This record gives sequence, structure tokens and C-alpha cells, in this order.
Amino acid sequence: MSLNRRELLGGAAALGTAAMLPKAVMAAGTIQLGSILDTSGIFDAYGKPMDQAMRLAVKEINDAGGLLGKQVEVAAYDTQSDMALYSQYAQQLTRQDRVDVVHGGILSASREAIRQTMRKTKTLYFYNVQYEGGVCDRNLFATGVTPAQQVEVLVPYAMKKSGPKVHILAADYNYGQITARWIQKFVEDNGGEVVATDFFPLDVSDFGSTITKVQQTAPDLIVAPLVGGAHLSFFRQWAAAGMKDKIPLASTTMGVGNEHKVLTPEEGNGIMVAYNYSQELETAANTTFKEKWQAEYGDTTAIHELAVSTYQGIMLWAEGVRKAGSVERDAVIEALETGISIDGPAGKVTIDPQTHHATVDVHIMEFDNQGMTVIETLPQRAPIDTQAVCDLQTNPDDNTQYEIEI
Amino acid sequence: MDLSFVILIEMLYAVASLVLISAGLAVVFGMMKVINLAHGEFMMMGGYATITAVGLGVNVFVAMLVIAPIVVGLIGLIVERLVIRHLYGRLVDTMLATWGLSLVFIGIATMIFGNTTTGISTPIPGFAVGDYQINGYNFFIIVVSIALVIAMFAVLRGTRAGLIARGTMQRSDMAAALGYSPDRIYMMTFFCGSALSGLAGAVLAPLVGLVPTSGGAYIAKAFITVIAGGPSLIAGLVSSATSFGLVSQIFTFAISPVIGEVALLIAAVILLRMMPQGITGRFFKGKM
Amino acid sequence: MGRSASQDVLITLVVSAVLIWVMPLLISTYTLTVLVIYGMLGLSLGLIWGFGGILCFGQAAFFGLGAYTYAIAAINIGESTVPMILAVLVPAVFATLLGAMMFYGRLTDVYLGVITLVVTLILFKFVNSTAGPQYVIGKARLGGFNGIPGFQTLNVPGDPDAYVWGDPFFYVCAVALVIVFLLVTWLLRSSFGRIAVGIRENEVRMGLMGYDVAARKTVLFAVGAAIAGLAGALFANWGEIVTPNLFSLGQSAEIIIWCIVGGLGTRLGPIVGAAGLAYLKFMLGQQSMVDNTLITGLILVLFVLFLPRGLVPAIASVLSSIFGRTKRRPNASRTRRARHG
Repeated sequence: MSLNRRELLGGAAALGTAAMLPKAVMAAGTIQLGSILDTSGIFDAYGKPMDQAMRLAVKEINDAGGLLGKQVEVAAYDTQSDMALYSQYAQQLTRQDRVDVVHGGILSASREAIRQTMRKTKTLYFYNVQYEGGVCDRNLFATGVTPAQQVEVLVPYAMKKSGPKVHILAADYNYGQITARWIQKFVEDNGGEVVATDFFPLDVSDFGSTITKVQQTAPDLIVAPLVGGAHLSFFRQWAAAGMKDKIPLASTTMGVGNEHKVLTPEEGNGIMVAYNYSQELETAANTTFKEKWQAEYGDTTAIHELAVSTYQGIMLWAEGVRKAGSVERDAVIEALETGISIDGPAGKVTIDPQTHHATVDVHIMEFDNQGMTVIETLPQRAPIDTQAVCDLQTNPDDNTQYEIEI
Repeated sequence: MDLSFVILIEMLYAVASLVLISAGLAVVFGMMKVINLAHGEFMMMGGYATITAVGLGVNVFVAMLVIAPIVVGLIGLIVERLVIRHLYGRLVDTMLATWGLSLVFIGIATMIFGNTTTGISTPIPGFAVGDYQINGYNFFIIVVSIALVIAMFAVLRGTRAGLIARGTMQRSDMAAALGYSPDRIYMMTFFCGSALSGLAGAVLAPLVGLVPTSGGAYIAKAFITVIAGGPSLIAGLVSSATSFGLVSQIFTFAISPVIGEVALLIAAVILLRMMPQGITGRFFKGKM
Repeated sequence: MGRSASQDVLITLVVSAVLIWVMPLLISTYTLTVLVIYGMLGLSLGLIWGFGGILCFGQAAFFGLGAYTYAIAAINIGESTVPMILAVLVPAVFATLLGAMMFYGRLTDVYLGVITLVVTLILFKFVNSTAGPQYVIGKARLGGFNGIPGFQTLNVPGDPDAYVWGDPFFYVCAVALVIVFLLVTWLLRSSFGRIAVGIRENEVRMGLMGYDVAARKTVLFAVGAAIAGLAGALFANWGEIVTPNLFSLGQSAEIIIWCIVGGLGTRLGPIVGAAGLAYLKFMLGQQSMVDNTLITGLILVLFVLFLPRGLVPAIASVLSSIFGRTKRRPNASRTRRARHG
């Protein structure tokens, strides 16, 4: 597309409007899937495997004969970890490329930057990332896991293994703040007590003083929804101070970007997490998925939770299209709202018609030698946090991100 | 009692790490009046050099203290020959060119090492002080920093090479007239500065997760420390690192790490407003 | 300047009218809008750096401040006229205070750079850590890292339901840029502008001649901030979300790069540099062959090494040598001086 336009740049200005033609002509025979992800810049550790997963899913659909007898074609844009480019490419995808569906967005800020554009242009939008929950928008499907789904199972397990006094160390942004509140709720529901909560902006990487402070509050357990490369330092400095075997750690985020492969076994072993996916899941679906990934990219180490979410999101959409017999937005939404489910690498994923979020299997896991060993699988956990505030069946025009009061 | 000892160590560590991350920049700026905005990326490359060397089976201390400085020093040498030497005397142009270089290095590192966070674990175990556990590696950083400052002082004051270097920085035309090539001296100075950056990156690598963009976290702090230090190389470095390190740690312990960082920045603004030429522009004039 | 003022205005108007007519045929207006906004942002730094010799590492602070002021005011007021005005005023007042502190303290050179850099960092860190529910201004949550979405966007003054968006918004931005450009031209032609250039060339001499150097620099600094603030407000309208990234060092860096590539000491250079590089970045996002950071970095290094005066002066001198006209040639040493201010 860009090449077409660039060639035309040299031509007569009057031809400019014609630049949109080739795409329209091309679109007739295929289904257009738009993808918008950070595949370079600081968030590319998340975005690159997601991009690979997206391409893998589309390839699989096409190899199996496409959708409704048509091939699916990808229009992918790299937002370079720059929020301004999200708005720009969202316009490009919806107004010029006129895609049939958009999958993408990583950070919540990026989702909010493009969500209204998708809504205004009536382009179906899939946000396939673990996030803080609460978005209520009929045009959007969020297929990632939300805090309550994880915390509800993780906190009782971790408290049973350690004790009732909990210290929360959370990333200081929307996700961390909301997750911290859910942790507090479930700690108290299970008869425990939160002794302190500390928030850290995403660029903090020196946790020396924090480690001293934690020792002053002397908790039985630390729950640490910390996010990103800088926060990884906490786990390393925690181990370096010799604290690892004294106070156990649990996290809702550690490992989402494959961070556990960076920590040595001495630093990571025993950290408790709860996710939808782990490479160590021993299911037939996961084995086949890893084989397909291996065949395509040669190396499966990059697969992570968000990549699998993306893969599952695309498969859910494809299932919706098959059921609707059309790529038309309203038909696909109605088809998805019948509670469609697929069997993905991480287990069964079902669309929750009330919230347009996903009901997923959640696995309690512990880090073991740079892998995540599954301790317990809790099948089909509903997105109870978003369900508490959002009902698209009775209020289909809703268009807010609720902050869930607990 | 135990707590105050732990806090004292944390403060010393904060000062030491500021000295460490600023030393390379200070040498290049103090001696050559070149601000190397790729400094953070030099540190990042030092970290990657260490991790790669350790992966190849080299002892971690050898990798940190020998291999990383040499590798990064050589990269610095190439950069100096290709880019920096054309820009001497043009302060702002060198800043812009090195800024561009920092982006280039990030791009190259991303292409080689990929984007996922990597790292090595700390080679020194933690130990107990009364009821508290403390990170043993902090002591290592404090020791390295002290050794570094002493070594810099000894080289600049005590050796003939240091004398020639200082002379060239003051009057390059006189040095040239005496038969020393300023070109080569600048080259060597830049090599040493880069090596110091590489060393800092290597020594800090076990504490943090490393990504190609890690350098960005250091450059602002290093830049502020060096400029606030003023024209005298060693006295400036030590005095400004001490003031900023103490201020930020006091606020970190009293309130939170974020307030600590903001306090550091506000201290820098106040300091520069009161002493527009940096600390040593006001005191220690003409010393090193 | 060789041309008379009215000639200058006429040429500007004709050229910009043609561009506003032709460009939407080549590039989608949505992308063009942001190029125009970046152009304005580039111009704001080009003014204070290229003509006032003030190297500001924190131009993004004013850009972000404008955008946040607009977003917060728009949420509280629900109509866009007053927020637009506030978005220009708040950065200008902030810059006046900051400028007065710096220039009356006789800070120059890199020290100036450090202060502006540090102030940007403080703003960035502050806004970044406002995710908690306690950070509220009126009805507006500051939102921390995730920023503020969902505020009232530009509307026809007095009628909050008549949104200006899409193509009309592009024309609003383009006309705003032309007006700002003409105002800058006028400012530079006035005695204030000539004295500002004088200060850039030799601060001591202008001081000895009796001009209040600090006051004049402060005013120029504030004007630059006001323009950046306006660009920020327009950007907030364009993106419909504001995030702390607007304050980031990366954003500041980009503005400086635009000025260098476009050409410092010219009015047109920063605009061309901004629009050109932003478009390049947009195009690069559509390929995945080479890492985009690498390309941006290489461009900057190559420009500093081989074309330190920037594109616009270089093209101007090529043109004048082709057409053999004795146009005013930007003096190389002069441009260089400007950078070291």
C-alpha cells in the first residue's frame, strides 16, 4: 500500500484519490485482518512473539482453506512503542485499508488510543492481552486474562503455603493499582491482612531500600505484580540479598513476557504465579501448537502468554466468522455472543456474552528451573471483575472502561 | 542499630553507583569537553559483553573487570575515529552525533541479542546483619568505585601519560608544539572513557535485567551528575555523586523511591541555579 | 532579509495555500494533520534555538503541558474554547517562571540544557506516578502511565456538539500553522527579533548596549513554549488521548533532531524536518526489514557529519547556485554559533 502511494507521489496530484483504489479492488477476493503491535522499541519483547503468533494463526486458517472460501490477508503495522503511531495506524487500517477486523494493542494506553476509532468506524476490534479488566464496549472483545481471574486462585494458594500477612509490591499504573486492590480483597476474604502496599513506576530498577523496608514489615508472603524489564531487577536483588528462602513470592505478571527464562533457577525457583498459559502445559493442544511454531520459526522459546492469547483471539474470531457465515461486524458479534468457544493451546476459551471477555482455564504454577510447572488447573474461570460492572446484553451501547470498586 | 547500619550501606551504595555510572562520561567530558550521549549504550554493551563472555564459560569477574572494558573501549575507539574526531570543539554537534549513535547501538543490539530481557545472577551471596539480610554485591560495587576513583587520581597525577593528557586538554597547541600528537591523546582518552563506561555497565549488569534500551536509564543521571560536578574531573564527580546520592536515598527511605528520584532532580536544579558552573566551578577551582 | 515584509507574507500565503490544497491528495489528511502539528512543534524550538540561541532539551515539557492542560480543562469544562486558550497560556506562564529562574541566574550552554532536561524528567516522573485515585484535578483523573483518554475534542466555539474532526480539523491545524509562521516572521522582523538574534551572536555586547538580556530571553522562551503548548493541544485533539510519553526524553530528542535535519536558523527548516522525519517514521513502521531505531540514529549521525547546516539551507544554496541569484546565503559560521548558544 505504501509503495503504491509512494509511486504515485511522483505522478499527477489529481491521481491522488486513485491511490485508494488498488486496496479496494484487492479487498474484494480476500478477508482483511489488521494487526497493530509494537514489534520494535521498548515493548517489542511482548509484541514480536504476538506478531509471530498472529501470522501463524492466519497461516493455519489459510492452509485449511481460508474463511468462507476466501484467503485471509494480513495488514500489519509496527507502532514502534509510540502511542502516537497507534492513532495513526488505526486510522490507516480503518479508513484506507478498510480491514474487516483489527487485532492488537498491547498496553492499556494503546488500546484506549485506538478503541474509539474502531468504534466510530464500526471495525470489530480484538484486544488479546492480559489487562486490568473493566472495558465495556460491544465493539471490543478482550480475550486475555484479567486480575480477578488470576488473583482469585493465586492468593488462597499462596497464603495457604505461607501465612496471613501479605506485603504488596505493585507497578504504579492502572494495571498495578487495580490488581493491588483485588489482591487486598482476596487476602481479606481469605482471613489475611495486607501489612503494606508499595507502588513503583515502570522505570524503577533499584530496590535496595524496598528490600530493607519489606524486612521491617516482616510479612509472610509478598505478592508482586511488577511489570517490565526494570522491575525484573527486584527479583534479582531480592535473591542477591538472600531473602528468597525467607519470604515466599507470588506474582500475577512475572513470566508474561518470559521473564522467568532470564532469572537463574536460584533466583526464580518457587515463585508462585497463575496464568492461562505455560509452555510446560502437557496437553495435546499445546504440543501440536509448539510443533507448528517450531516448524514455522525454528525455536519455541519466544512463546509467551500474550502470544498464545493473540493466537486464541484470532481463532475465536475465525470461529465467529464461520458461524456467522459473514465477516460483517454485527453478524460476527452476534455469532460470538452465542458463547462460542475454541480449544486453544492453553485450554478451552469461551466468549462471555455479557462482557465480551473470555472465560479461560487458569493454571496455578511455580517457577522451576526456568520453566513454569503446573501445580493445579482451575477450569473455566469467568471474568468476574468485569462481570461486576459490565452487562452488554442489557446495555449494548455502553462505551466505558470501568474502574471496579471493591 | 542494625537498621541504621543497613541504611548506611544503602547510602554508600547509592553514592558508589552514581560514581560508577558517571565516571566514563566524566572523563570524556572533563578532559575533552565532549558530551557522549551514547554513554548509556556503552554501558549496555558492557553488560552484554559480560553476559556473552560468561555464557562462553569465562569467569564472571574476569568478564566484568577485564573483557567488558576492553570490548567497549575498542568500540569507543572505532566510534572516535569514525565520528567524534571530526567534531572536536563543537559541543552541541558531538551531543547530537552521539545521540544518533546511541540509537544506532540500540538498533544493532536489538538485531543481535533480541529484545527479551537477559542477565546474570550476582556472584556474591547476601549475608545477615542482625535481623536484616543485605545484598553482598553492594559491597563489591562500593569497593570497585573507591578503587576506580583512586586509580583515576593516580593515573592523572602520578603518571607521565596523565600529565601529557592533562596538558593536552589545557593547551593542545602547546602539547603539539612539544611533539605530542593531540589527535592520539584524544583517541586514547576516549578509549579510556569508553572502557570506564563498559566497566560500569558490566559491574551493574548482575543487579538489573538487561535489554538493548537499558542505557537510557543511566544517561540522564550520569549527565546530571557530571554537569553538576563542574569542570574539575575527580573532585566534581565525587562531590556531586555524594550530594545526589545522599539526597535521593534520604528521601527514598523517608518516603518512596519515586520521591527519591524526584528529590535528586530537584536538588540538581537548585544546585545549578546557585552554582551555574557546577560545584567545582565554585569550590575547588583549578583542581582535578 | 532581502524581501520586503509584504512580499514575504504574500509568498507564504500562496505557497501554503497551494500546499494545503495539494498535500491531502497525496497523503491522508489524518497523517498530514500530525505532520502539521509536529511542524509547529519543530518551529517552536527552531525559534528559540535557531534565533535566540537557547538550546532547550525539554521542549517536550511544554508540548506535554499544553496537551495535558487541554485534556484536563476539557474534561472539566466540556467545551473546547477555554481549554485551547489555557493550553497556550499555562506552558507560557510555566516557561516564563522557568526562564526567569534560568536567565536571571546567568545559566548558559550545557547548564541550560541540563536544567531543561531535568525539568522535563521531573514532569515525566510526576505524571507517570499519578495512577492512583488520589490524583484528580476537578473531574479529571491524571491516570499516570496510561494517560487521559476520552475528553471533549475540538468543537465550534460555543457549540459543544459541533465537533471539528477529520478533514476540517486538518484545515484548522494547517491554518493555525500558517498563522503561527506569519507571527514568527513578524516577530523576527521586529526590533525584538533582531535584538534576539543579536543576543544569540554576542550576549555580552548586547548587554553592554543596555538591553536587558535576561528579560528578552525569558520572553522569547515563553513565546516558544506557547507555540509548543498550542501544538500540544492540537495533538491531544488529534490523538484523543494524552500520555506521559509526550513529556519523555525521546520526544524532546526528536524535536532537536527535526531542527538539525531541517536546518537551524531558518524558519522553514524545523517545519520541513519535523514533517519529513515524522512521515519517514510512519513509513518505516510499515516494513520490518531493518530496525527502525537504527535508521533514525544513522540519519542523525550522517546529518551532523555531512550536512550540519540541515536540509533547507543546503537546498537553498544549491538552488541559488543553479539560478545564479544573489540570495542571502546563510553564513555557515553563524549557524554554527547559534548551535553552541
